[in-house]
Amino acid sequence: MSNKVLMKGNEAIGEAAIIAGCTHYFAYPITPQNEIPAYMARRLPEIGGTFLQAESELAAINMVFGASAAGTRVMTSSSSPGVSLKQEGISYLAGAQLPAVVVNMMRGGPGLGNIAGSQGDYWQATRGGGNGDYRTIVLGPANVQELADLTVKAFDLADRYRMVVMILGDGFLGQMSEALELPRPSGEHFEKPWALTGAAGRKHNVIASLRLTPEGELERHNLKLMEIYRQVEEHERMWEADRCDDADFVLVAYGTSSRISRAAVNILRKKGIKAGLFRPISLYPFPYGELKEAARGAKQVLAVEMSAGQMQEDVRLSVEGAVPVDGYFRLGGAIPETDEIVRKVESYGK
Amino acid sequence: MESKGAGYEVIYKRPEAMTDAKTIYCPGCGHGIIHKLLAESIDELGVREETILIAPVGCSVLAYNYIDVDGCEAAHGRAPAVATGIKRVHPDKMVISYQGDGDLLAIGTAETIHAANRGENITVIFVNNAIYGMTGGQMAPTTMVGQVTKTTPFGRDANDVGFPIRACEMINTLECPVFIERVSVFDVKQIVKAKKAIKKALTNQKEGKGYSFVEVLSMCPTNWGVKPQVAADWVRDVMVPYYPLGNFRDR
Ligand SMILES: Cc1ncc(C[n+]2csc(CCOP(=O)(O)OP(=O)(O)O)c2C)c(N)n1
Ligand code: SF4
Repeated sequence: MSNKVLMKGNEAIGEAAIIAGCTHYFAYPITPQNEIPAYMARRLPEIGGTFLQAESELAAINMVFGASAAGTRVMTSSSSPGVSLKQEGISYLAGAQLPAVVVNMMRGGPGLGNIAGSQGDYWQATRGGGNGDYRTIVLGPANVQELADLTVKAFDLADRYRMVVMILGDGFLGQMSEALELPRPSGEHFEKPWALTGAAGRKHNVIASLRLTPEGELERHNLKLMEIYRQVEEHERMWEADRCDDADFVLVAYGTSSRISRAAVNILRKKGIKAGLFRPISLYPFPYGELKEAARGAKQVLAVEMSAGQMQEDVRLSVEGAVPVDGYFRLGGAIPETDEIVRKVESYGK
Repeated sequence: MESKGAGYEVIYKRPEAMTDAKTIYCPGCGHGIIHKLLAESIDELGVREETILIAPVGCSVLAYNYIDVDGCEAAHGRAPAVATGIKRVHPDKMVISYQGDGDLLAIGTAETIHAANRGENITVIFVNNAIYGMTGGQMAPTTMVGQVTKTTPFGRDANDVGFPIRACEMINTLECPVFIERVSVFDVKQIVKAKKAIKKALTNQKEGKGYSFVEVLSMCPTNWGVKPQVAADWVRDVMVPYYPLGNFRDR
């Protein structure tokens, strides 16, 4: 017997966070993710947790900073312009090695843009939109089940590496309803001896990103962070390769654009054209080696994105010039068209 | 009282809640005095092991090196939001946000007003020295009209940049705060009063009463470009008339 429920993507994130043990949630409303704060406002009090609507995204992410420093599991969510404001806090969280889960249901930009789904924040998410040398783990779910599963996983990753994990979805994913099996908590427990709980019976703890003295301390701290990121890159790559083994044409896409790309691959296969889909699930760490392997022997790689080729740069880095890379991009909240993708792939044959 | 040597009694010593570290504050700076008042209050209330102090951006950014309690940094201006996050996780702990005027009234005005407006059960110590100390003496929201700073080389012109903001009066318009008081540390009598207010603000939190705000008019002799005693007199003669000392609310 299956215990499937029908849920909207944004609500699935909220429920998954609670399943993962998230007790605190702070955010400021922005479309198209408003179902998350609404859901958390209803659900968190039921489990004795705290929902608080902050006065701004700046305040929200800094409340997250405080709650994380205090040792609890905490989440915030927003959409593109709001995530831009959160970058200050994300950089501070990185500097202070604090775990947190940040959801970005991307919308069209730059600026106020529009409220349609987009993938225009890929660079900001994977390269870090705040100051300094830091990384955040970035997960790119493609359906409601994954929104939930990856949210649960995000809390574990955040605690394991003491870093920010971002769920990078988009407005379309957040708004769609699909059947999902509610995930289970992993049950993994993380000790937090560094947390601020009052210095009873121990030396006082300090949570800070400032490292003024002595000479070279900040560089040593940065190098320590780089070592953690290397571990993340080694152990946390996630991807899906669908019909890539014999593919002449490898489409690369994540999130919503991967769903459309898969439909295009189905059509192409019916027409006898050997197409495959490579879907990075972790966008940082990007599965460079796996994509290179999947594209080995292909004639053409095609990045399909709802941005102007931001992920394409990682695709190029993956294949290292071994296979030509092209892109099909729709911007500003527009959705890639299956037919267009099919036609584009067919055009390479000519 | 612990006794030391025949016939002598120690009646004054370093608070337990202060580490042995030497502070980096300039001679005549108010921060050191205010730190000590805070540490004494923590000792007297017996809350050293349940206090979390937020060191903001500004000269007091290293406060956690001096005050021997769990310490948390906050980005410039965001201390009230960080305090909110901590307090919502640990409602039974003592959470203190210690902020300068640039921090509290410029970049962090929104966080200041909203934490007060929510009535967070925290204590905010606001050190008003009428200037940005750490960055080398630029205009603060509290810089006096006519006061010369690095960014008001001809004196603060109210027609151009407005009048100095009175924090206590502004917070006093909100419903939730339970305690609002302005004190100073320009002489011993004022220091004693400041101590009382700080201790009261912490006691309120311990008793779960709600948001308490203590503004301390303080000296920055270095960036004011005057000797410590002149700085203390300037607080008394120039700042106090504009920022009246006293209690605004005690519920
Ligand atoms: C986002 C950001 N902007 C600017 C600064 C630079 N900065 C550091 S301290 C400071 C002013 C601090 O003044 P105040 O809060 O009055 O504290 P004081 O040093 O006088 O005690 C500024 C502008 C910063 N650290 N972060
Ligand atoms: S610059 Fe001013 S506020 Fe900073 S330590 Fe020196 S006197 Fe104090």
